[in-house]
Amino acid sequence: MTAVVNVFLKEGVLDPQGKAAHHALDSLGFEGVTDVRIGKQIIIQLDTQDKTKAQAEVKEMCETLLANTVIEDYTIEIN
Amino acid sequence: MKVAVLRFPGTNCEFDTQYAFEKLGHTTELVWHENQALPTDIDLVVVPGGFSYGDYLRSGSIARFSPVMKAVTTYANDGGKVLGICNGFQILTEAGLLPGALKRNNNLHFISKHQNLCVVNNDNPFLNKCSKGEVLNIPIAHADGNYYIDDEGLKKLEKNEQILLRYSDSEGNPVVVNGSVTSIAGVCNENKNVFGLMPHPERALEEILGSVDGLRMLKGFDTL
Repeated sequence: MTAVVNVFLKEGVLDPQGKAAHHALDSLGFEGVTDVRIGKQIIIQLDTQDKTKAQAEVKEMCETLLANTVIEDYTIEIN
Repeated sequence: MKVAVLRFPGTNCEFDTQYAFEKLGHTTELVWHENQALPTDIDLVVVPGGFSYGDYLRSGSIARFSPVMKAVTTYANDGGKVLGICNGFQILTEAGLLPGALKRNNNLHFISKHQNLCVVNNDNPFLNKCSKGEVLNIPIAHADGNYYIDDEGLKKLEKNEQILLRYSDSEGNPVVVNGSVTSIAGVCNENKNVFGLMPHPERALEEILGSVDGLRMLKGFDTL
């Protein structure tokens, strides 16, 4: 199974990289951009076929290492 | 006093840190990250600056799981004194030994320069040789020094006098350097035995290099 983890700074925590990209898009003439957030995607291969187990395991990975929950939120997608 | 200086793959301030404490008349010992135990009879653990594990994932996020950090956590929870400088500060926040987190600088630049700092609280074993409101000149060198803590956490820090230093001008007024919440440059834990700061006191030891204020800061631990 493959787990796709997306980690982003929490809403309300200023994302300086997103802000810089937003400015760049504005100055390139792209109109109507209201917000840009930059995060990271972590792709994890798992040897289990049990989706529930995989979900629980990856959640623990996120809480322990992959995200810093003081400043970051994460989403998990299991395929 | 005996000081343990930790060393991870990518640490690069360990020798400067040793030099600083030896200059103050203390003995030091380098401790490799794979060690499961700290040397006995130590009075202070220093987590020095650098780029442990290449800052991969987040600065300090991998180092905080090294075997030696388990020993450091036990040591700190038993009241032992721990000081984290720069990457060491990042490691201690990642380990949950200090509140808050360090994000990428607001201007996305690696900032390397001498910086004035205002002493906010000195009622602790680290800054007791400095006066409240005093301005110190200490170099900073970091890309991820933008201290974040939520409003509730900030109130707690202020109430418990856990804010150690703020980036300031030469008069002691806070200035924005990297985007840190209320210009915070260093904090301690509630029990005031774990300290973290982004500036590098070990780089301010000689007049010829621009400042000796780092010596005064680190002297605070002399009483241990």
